[in-house]
Amino acid sequence: MTALTAVIARDLKLALRQGGGAGIALGFFLTVLVLIPLGIGPDVALLARIAPGTLWIALLLAVLLSADRIFEPDHDDGSLEIMTLGPVPLELIVLAKAAAHWLVTALPMAIAAPFLGLLLNLSPTLFLPLGLAMLLASLALSLLASLVAAVTVGLQRGGLLLSILTLPLYVPALIFGVAASAGGDALSGSRPAALLILLALVLLALVIAPFAGAAALRAHLR
Amino acid sequence: MQQFANPRRFLRLVDLVEPWAWAVTVILFAIGLYLSLVVAPQDYQQGETVRIMFVHVPAAWIALLAYLDMAIASAVAIIFRHPLADLAAKAAAPIGACFTFLALATGSLWGKPMWGTWWVWDARLTSMFVLFLLYLGYIAIWHAIDDPGRAARIAAIVALVGCINLPIIKFSVDWWNTLHQPASVLRIGGPTLHPAILTPLLVMGAAYLALFVTLHLTAIRAEIMARRLRQMELARADEV
Amino acid sequence: MFFPLPIAYCLLPTAYCLLPIAYCLLPIAYCLLPTAYCPTMELQISDLACIRGGRQVFAGLSLRADGGSLTLLRGANGAGKTSLLRLIAGIAEPDRGRIALLGGDAALTLSQQCHFIGDRDATKLHLTVAENLRFWGAFLDGGDLDRALDSFGLKALANLQAAVLSSGQRRRLALSRLALVARPLWLLDEPTVGLDAASRDRLAALMAAHLATGGIIIAATHVELGLAGIELRLGEALVREVAAQ
Repeated sequence: MTALTAVIARDLKLALRQGGGAGIALGFFLTVLVLIPLGIGPDVALLARIAPGTLWIALLLAVLLSADRIFEPDHDDGSLEIMTLGPVPLELIVLAKAAAHWLVTALPMAIAAPFLGLLLNLSPTLFLPLGLAMLLASLALSLLASLVAAVTVGLQRGGLLLSILTLPLYVPALIFGVAASAGGDALSGSRPAALLILLALVLLALVIAPFAGAAALRAHLR
Repeated sequence: MQQFANPRRFLRLVDLVEPWAWAVTVILFAIGLYLSLVVAPQDYQQGETVRIMFVHVPAAWIALLAYLDMAIASAVAIIFRHPLADLAAKAAAPIGACFTFLALATGSLWGKPMWGTWWVWDARLTSMFVLFLLYLGYIAIWHAIDDPGRAARIAAIVALVGCINLPIIKFSVDWWNTLHQPASVLRIGGPTLHPAILTPLLVMGAAYLALFVTLHLTAIRAEIMARRLRQMELARADEV
Repeated sequence: MFFPLPIAYCLLPTAYCLLPIAYCLLPIAYCLLPTAYCPTMELQISDLACIRGGRQVFAGLSLRADGGSLTLLRGANGAGKTSLLRLIAGIAEPDRGRIALLGGDAALTLSQQCHFIGDRDATKLHLTVAENLRFWGAFLDGGDLDRALDSFGLKALANLQAAVLSSGQRRRLALSRLALVARPLWLLDEPTVGLDAASRDRLAALMAAHLATGGIIIAATHVELGLAGIELRLGEALVREVAAQ
C-alpha cells in the first residue's frame, strides 16, 4: 500500500509545486463561465435555465484539458518504465494516478462549481443536487480521462485525439449529470434515479479504466 | 479460423469468394429496391417519403453490426493474437463509419418532412452520432501511431472500450421518451410491422449485409497488400 | 587388543556416507548467508526475438549469466541493446523466447528483482534530490536513503531541487537508485553518459561490489570500466571474454 500512497503523494506534491493541475483547470472553468454570458446575452432568466448544463460542460472541458498531464510527464522522463518494476501492478498505478488527478483537478472544481454558478444566476435550490452530482460524476470523469490519457500517451497531437476519444465516454455522464442536478428534464427520469445511474457509471469506470489503461500503457511501453 | 491465419490462404479465399459475393449483393439489392420502391404500399400519413425507411433502417443496422464486428475482431486480436484480426478490425472501421453517416444523413432527410426538423438531440440520434465519433476516433488512432504492432494493440483497446456505447444505443429508446419511434423489429414479442413493409425491409437488410461483407473482404485484402508493401519497403531499406 | 579395529572398520563406511551429506549442506549454507545473493542465481535467456516497427531487431538470442558475472552488450546503434535490456527488465514483451531468473525469490517476478537504468533519468525536476530518492525507495519497497546519497556523493545536494542540478549530477541521482534498494539483477543502458571520471570510478566500484556479492549485471556500454566480463556483440553474434584492464 505504501507504493500507491507514495505515487499519490508525489503527484500531489508536484501539482502543488508546478501549479499545473488545479490552477489551470480552475482558470479555464472561469473563462468558460465568463464567456458564455457575454456570448449569449445578459438575460438573467435564460442564464439561470442554462446554468446547470453550462457548469457541467465547463467541468468536462476543464477535466479534459488537464487530462494529458496524467501520464505524459512520467512517460517523458522514464518514470513510467521504472514504475513497472515495482511491487504494484500497473492497473493499480493507473488507479492511483486517476485518484491523484481527481484530488487535484476534478474534486476542487466540483466543489467550486455551485458557487461559481452564481455568476450564471444559478438557483440556490440547485446547489446541493448540483454539487452532489458533480462530486459523484467527477470520479467517473477522472477515471475515464486517465484511461484515454493512457491510450494517447506519447502521441503527437495527443491532446486532440484525447478529446475525440473521451467525448463518447463522457456523454452518458453529462446526460445523467445534468438530469441529476437540474431535475424535471424531458430527457431522463427523476433526480435520485439519475444519481444512481451516475453511481453505476462510476463503478463501471472503476472497473474498466484500470485494466484498459494498464493494457494501453503496456502497449506503449513495448 | 487458424487455417486462415496465413494471409496467402486468406487471399486465395477472397479471390474465390469475391465475384460470388458481389453477385449476391447486386441480386439482393435489385430485389430489395424493387420491393421497396415499387411493391411496398404508401404510408397513409407520410406518403412516398416512408420509402426512405428502406434505406435508412438497414444502414443503421449495419452501422451497429460493423462496430460489433470491429469489437469482436479486436477481442480476437488481443486474446488469440490472430495475425489477421487487427487488420479485419482496421478494415471494418471506415466502412462502418460510412454506413453510420448514411444512416444519419438519410435519417435527417426523413426527419425533415416527418418531424419538421433536420436534427434533434434525442437519445437514439445522439447515440448514433456518438457511434460515428467512435468510428472516427478509432480510425484516428490507427493514423496517429507509427508502429503498426503498437497501433493494433491500442486500437483494439479503444474499440473494446467503445463497445459500452452499443447497448446504450439499442435500449436508449426504451429508456427515454423520445421523438424517434420505438423499436419495431428487434424486440421481445416479435416485429410489429405489417409483412408488406417488413419483407422489403428484411430483404434490404440482407442486401446491406451482403454489401458490408463484400466490402469488408475487399478491404481486408487491401490491408494485407499494404502490409506486404511496407514489409518490402523495410527490406529494401535494410539492404542499403 | 583387536577390539578397536572392527569398530574402526564399522565407523569408516559411516564416515564415507556422511561426506556427501556434508557436500550437499554446503550450498544451502551459502544461500543462507544473509549478505550474499545465492551464487547459483542464474539469468537464462533462450531464443529471444524482438520485432519493432515491423522490423526484426534480433532473433534466436540465447544468453546465460551466472551470479557474479558481468555481461557487456556491444554493437552498432539500432542493434538492439536497449531493446534487449528492456525485454529482460520486463518493460517490453518479447515476440518469442523465454527469460527466467533462476535461484531468485520465487515470490517475485523478474521485473521486481531487477534495476533498470535507461537513457532517461526518471527524476522529477520539481522535487529535491532527497524527495526523489525517498519516492523511489517507498515505491520499490525498501530504500536506504543515506547509502544512496553517499554512493555518488550527493549528500551535499540532498535538499536541492533536481532542476538546479547539472546533467551529470542528475545522472548520478539516477544511478544512486542502484544503491538505494538492493536487487540482484542490474540492467544498465549506457550508464556512464554524462559522468565525469570520478563518478565513473564510483560506478565501477559499485558494480564491482555488487558482483562480489553474487549479483548479475548486464550493461550496454562502450566505456572501459576496468571490470572483467563477457562481451556480447549484438548484430554479430559474437561472444568473447573481456579481461579487466
